[in-house]
Amino acid sequence: MAESINIEELKKLAPPAELRRAPVIEGNQGLGWLTDKLSAFAEGKVPGWWWLCFIPAAFAAAVIFPICLFYQVFTGVGVWGNNHPVMWGWDIVNFIWWVGVAHAGTLISALLFLTRQHWRTTIGRMAEAMTVFSVAMAGLYPAIHVGRAWFDWFMFPIPNSNGLWPQFRSPLMWDVFAVNTYLVVSSLFWFMGMIPDFASMRDRSTTRIRRLIFSFLAMGWTGSAWQWHNYEKAYVVLCGLCTLLVFTVSSIVGLDFCTAQIAGWHATIFPLYFVIGAVFCGFGMMLLLLISLRKLCHLENIITRAHIEKVAKLTLVSGLIIDYIYLMEFFIAWYSGDPYERWVFEHRLFGHTYLVFGWMLIGINVGVTQLLWFKKIRQNLVLLFIIGLLINLGMWTERFVIVVGSLYQEFLPANWGKYTPTMWDVGLFIGTLGAFFTLYLLFVKFLPMIPISEVKGVLPQGDPHHPLGGQRKGGHS
Amino acid sequence: MNEKIYGLMAEFDTPGAVLHAAEKVRDAGYRHWDVFTPFPIHGLDKVMGYRNSNVGWVSLFMGAGAFFSVVVLIWFANTFDYPLIVGGKPMFSAPMTFVPSYIMLIMGAAVGALVGMLGLNQLPRLHNPLLAKKRFDLVTRDRFVIVIGANDEKFSGPETRQLLESLGGTYIETVEEPE
Repeated sequence: MAESINIEELKKLAPPAELRRAPVIEGNQGLGWLTDKLSAFAEGKVPGWWWLCFIPAAFAAAVIFPICLFYQVFTGVGVWGNNHPVMWGWDIVNFIWWVGVAHAGTLISALLFLTRQHWRTTIGRMAEAMTVFSVAMAGLYPAIHVGRAWFDWFMFPIPNSNGLWPQFRSPLMWDVFAVNTYLVVSSLFWFMGMIPDFASMRDRSTTRIRRLIFSFLAMGWTGSAWQWHNYEKAYVVLCGLCTLLVFTVSSIVGLDFCTAQIAGWHATIFPLYFVIGAVFCGFGMMLLLLISLRKLCHLENIITRAHIEKVAKLTLVSGLIIDYIYLMEFFIAWYSGDPYERWVFEHRLFGHTYLVFGWMLIGINVGVTQLLWFKKIRQNLVLLFIIGLLINLGMWTERFVIVVGSLYQEFLPANWGKYTPTMWDVGLFIGTLGAFFTLYLLFVKFLPMIPISEVKGVLPQGDPHHPLGGQRKGGHS
Repeated sequence: MNEKIYGLMAEFDTPGAVLHAAEKVRDAGYRHWDVFTPFPIHGLDKVMGYRNSNVGWVSLFMGAGAFFSVVVLIWFANTFDYPLIVGGKPMFSAPMTFVPSYIMLIMGAAVGALVGMLGLNQLPRLHNPLLAKKRFDLVTRDRFVIVIGANDEKFSGPETRQLLESLGGTYIETVEEPE
């Protein structure tokens, strides 16, 4: 070679402006500043807006929720609108909706970790918390939907006096395993991620009681190289497992439907359909939580506009897959030539009872989603908030259309009926929403809602090979 | 003072500095020492000479154990103890056991990852002499600390202190071990 290219010289050339990545944190002033900033909310005084949100949420959780729950458990499923032929009503609709909300949390946290997306560090913890609390809400519905909740233990393979065992070939049985596993694994993942931050809170604590609580939670974490070495391995393993769960849990919920013979349910696309639907819905919820908490907790520098724009882009991608699946569903219904299938799908849009939901589904999930193509809209936080709200509504509608829309006109016209939810259906849903937001507000107030150690690790100050991180001339051996 | 010495701790400002110092401590021949950082530092594993963590194996064994236990459970429940005929299918077949076993594999492996991590790190640990040091509180903030243990063969108060000083360590302190 006549001229050798000096690699070191090339490295010093900064990339052109359009290729430069936005920094993960804006206004970065170092590791100590970041620690103060991220723990400020959990350590500071309880602000007014927190009480303003907490009191109604706690009222719904502590008053409406138990009343609706106990009345239903003591009286029976008949207090809901469920009746022949629509035996699956709001309870199952809400179950799928809550499972869906959970999924995006895991996807953001686990999958984006595996793909080494640094921006995920700032929103990961909030997403995980969303997962844990919404799976808890989801798990409640099937447990009481069975009617005699005190016999729920029959669903577990426990030896009993009847000498009976669960039927392990049934997807409904798999659901029991899937939802319970999801709750346990996502809680473990959430908790393990917080251990180093508990240690941080412990070391910062000013009162004895705080120190005691966080010492207990941190379990003696010191941050030694050996601890981090094992911790990182465990974290990547858990991320892999959580990613598997994203694709498993909703697939199994989808299997509950597609193993049934009902027209509108009996489709091979359902497992995938439910996974993507879940993720799409969860991104909507994530937008709501991120945009509001960013503003209320003054985290504008940490959760930057670039992060929210990325979540919006992911929402668009999952929305487009959902749109494709809708198209396929209608196409296959027509192409199958099955008159029952055709009937169900035609009546989703041109029926006489629930057609408004069918159009809402198309209007929001197909129509509104397309707004996210525009950068102006992705950067407008108010619009994104409204879009997030609409997506949640749209995906709730989708589950209603699938569950009720397929059941109310089944094969025999003599069996046709209508479904109207009762106040107990509505009350229970409001109760679960209240419980979710109560738990979430408590989490935001008392626990480190942004992973302190993880964010530090992706800053230039945390990189030993960056000038800000103390890189030495000549590098390391 | 009847307190034994646990070790000597020195503080560093940046991950680069602590990584460089760790290399030098290793090259000086110390064996019982550790680096404490607010977040995992890229390249430190290599300097410390750690090989692949065993957490993955714990997780694999717990996962595999859970998987096969559920296969056996399903065989016992639906084939042996109370044979259940469903849709004229065989009493027992591999595919029918797959989904519940696979889910319990995830459960087992996840518990294994957490338990393995805590076990290998010897957590929960109720008492640690390092946590009694005021300056050590800054490790979870923005300081990087190297501790050389007094149980190291090469450890000798003044010499070790001199080494840490020459590497740019500040706030060099003796850590006491209560009797």
